[in-house]
Amino acid sequence: MNALAQAPYVAVLVPLALAGLLAAGVRVWGRASAWIALAGPLTMLAVGVASLGGGASGSVTWLRAGTSALRVGYDADPLAALMLLVVGTVAACVMVYSIGYMHGEKGFVRYYALLSLFTAAMAVLVMAADLITLFVGWELVGTCSFLLIGFWYDRPQAAEAARKAFLVTRIGDAAMLLGMAVLWNATGTLELSAVFAKVPALAPGVAAAAALLLLAGAVGKSAQFPLHIWLPDAMEGPTPVSALIHAATMVASGVFLVARVWPLFAAAPAAREVALVLGVITALGAAGAALGQTDIKKVLAYSTISQLGFMFAALGVGAWQVAMFHLVTHAAFKALLFLAAGSVIHGSGTQELALMGGLRKRMPVTAAVWIAGAVSLAGVFPAAGFFSKDAIVTTVLHTAPWAGVALLLGGALTACYAARTTRLAFFGAERGETHAHESPLTMTGPLVVLAVAALGLGAAAAGISTVLGAEPESLSLVVAALALGFAAVGGVIGWITAGAPTGATASRPVWLAFSRAAHSGWGVDGAVMRFVVAPFTAAARFTDAMGDRLLIDGLAEGVASLTSRLGALMTDIQNGDGQWYSSLMVTGVVLLVAAVVWLVR
Amino acid sequence: MTTLVLSCLLVAIGLYGVLTRRDLVAILASVEVMLGGSSLLLVAYAAAGHAAPAGQGYALIVLAVGAAEAAIGIALLVALVRRGRTKIDEITEVRG
Repeated sequence: MNALAQAPYVAVLVPLALAGLLAAGVRVWGRASAWIALAGPLTMLAVGVASLGGGASGSVTWLRAGTSALRVGYDADPLAALMLLVVGTVAACVMVYSIGYMHGEKGFVRYYALLSLFTAAMAVLVMAADLITLFVGWELVGTCSFLLIGFWYDRPQAAEAARKAFLVTRIGDAAMLLGMAVLWNATGTLELSAVFAKVPALAPGVAAAAALLLLAGAVGKSAQFPLHIWLPDAMEGPTPVSALIHAATMVASGVFLVARVWPLFAAAPAAREVALVLGVITALGAAGAALGQTDIKKVLAYSTISQLGFMFAALGVGAWQVAMFHLVTHAAFKALLFLAAGSVIHGSGTQELALMGGLRKRMPVTAAVWIAGAVSLAGVFPAAGFFSKDAIVTTVLHTAPWAGVALLLGGALTACYAARTTRLAFFGAERGETHAHESPLTMTGPLVVLAVAALGLGAAAAGISTVLGAEPESLSLVVAALALGFAAVGGVIGWITAGAPTGATASRPVWLAFSRAAHSGWGVDGAVMRFVVAPFTAAARFTDAMGDRLLIDGLAEGVASLTSRLGALMTDIQNGDGQWYSSLMVTGVVLLVAAVVWLVR
Repeated sequence: MTTLVLSCLLVAIGLYGVLTRRDLVAILASVEVMLGGSSLLLVAYAAAGHAAPAGQGYALIVLAVGAAEAAIGIALLVALVRRGRTKIDEITEVRG
């Protein structure tokens, strides 16, 4: 094990090599590819366990320009090790699960090659010792996300969703790159340890600008308001991909980024303030939107956005260790919920909640693990979600009471949609026409593993705090009771409304308008289309018409038509008649001779 | 002086023929007239003692060139006639 702590980069090299191996033999591997790919996350797990107490680090000079040099390197510190554990566990579960879920898919080997590439990229991202390496990993996971959302690339919605995810996150990434430029300009280095050493000497404005720009990158990646619009669409990808990339690991890397560069945020109160406000808006808004969804995966997508909002709120009040704790528990219970939803989709053949119902009889294992995940999500004692959410609410209440109250309300909404979805999918009468069946062992096995984690990770709270170098939070009984009370009220409301016949609620116009607004994600998508995309398209049309067609094409075509008209004049002279040519020649000779005679005279 | 005027007249007549006649055979004949005019001038100058014997030599070269010109010209003419064209204004393939 010690050897692994000395060479943590094998967590990158092994999955990368496996991705290459799988890609080289797309027609060869077949079902074996799943077991081959599984070696990647297992290596990550081993490295993560080995370096929990701090692993090796190293770096090399990549570019030299004058006196400054760009160094790239790895650093398996406890934070990276924790992330490796999370990514390794979820990726291993997803890879085993996908054997059943993706059975018989055309791109089976391609799927595993991409998953391997993703785990390698994630390892690059979490073990980076400098912002350049981190950015490389950051973009690579974005690319894998694009490729996997668009896995069924012959479906137009999937291709469209992949494009949207890529473009929207790219907005944040551009800002992040600018933030790196600001840091480089101010400190002359992008190595994290060197940057942190110089942070105290930074002007407050520079630190704030750099932190805000990096935060914008995190907001894009972690689907925070207003850059969250790509995540619900990203559900077009295969469900295990949603579990791994769009719930547990990649979308959480925004939180990881802020935790990673925490000394910079410590020096930038303005950026923390922005993170807090965005986090609270996102936590509340997305939880509300999750209530209005009719597609089980969309519920989970908005739920993920909302939970990431909780983490951002924790970051905003300076409790990055608490945010990381929630990241870990969220990775467990949200991956579980997504995989359970995948099992439901696999078994019942539909994603629409309206076509499910009563599935607990036909899919007992799936129903049991789903309930475990939902209980953890809703923050019910003693599931893991209770401890991490309670830690967030406690610290936020302590620093910014208004935000704490908002998060309590968000917790109530969370319990509400969790209860509603559970009842709609697994209880009540069977509404689907299909004959649902329980999923195979390869799918239920990982579900049970994750269910244990989702319920039991609360016991790891103190351990995680110690690993990250923080004092373990002591539970405040008052806050815990408050949070549980809010969750209970929300849960009961969600349970009751889900049981009510649809006609009773749909007939009230206020409720109808509310549910429509929630269903559309409060119209943010439409607003973005109207206020960002439409003006941009109009501006593009304008420059196309004025600049390109009128000016550039006008100039180019004008010159072309001028030459061709001059040419037309000339062609009249060259009529191909030999005698006409001879006459011109004779005239020329006569004129020349005359000129010579005249001049010589 | 007489031969000078005569040779100039011959060249001018030939040139007129080349530029105005439509018939290819007539144009070739006109070219021969022009060549004759220039040969006459060369021979006359040599006889007057101005550039002997180079004048005679040049006249002989002109004869050879004229023969070659006639051979190529008539070969082209035959090729054109085979395609049914004997008038110069029917041949405008080199139009720009």
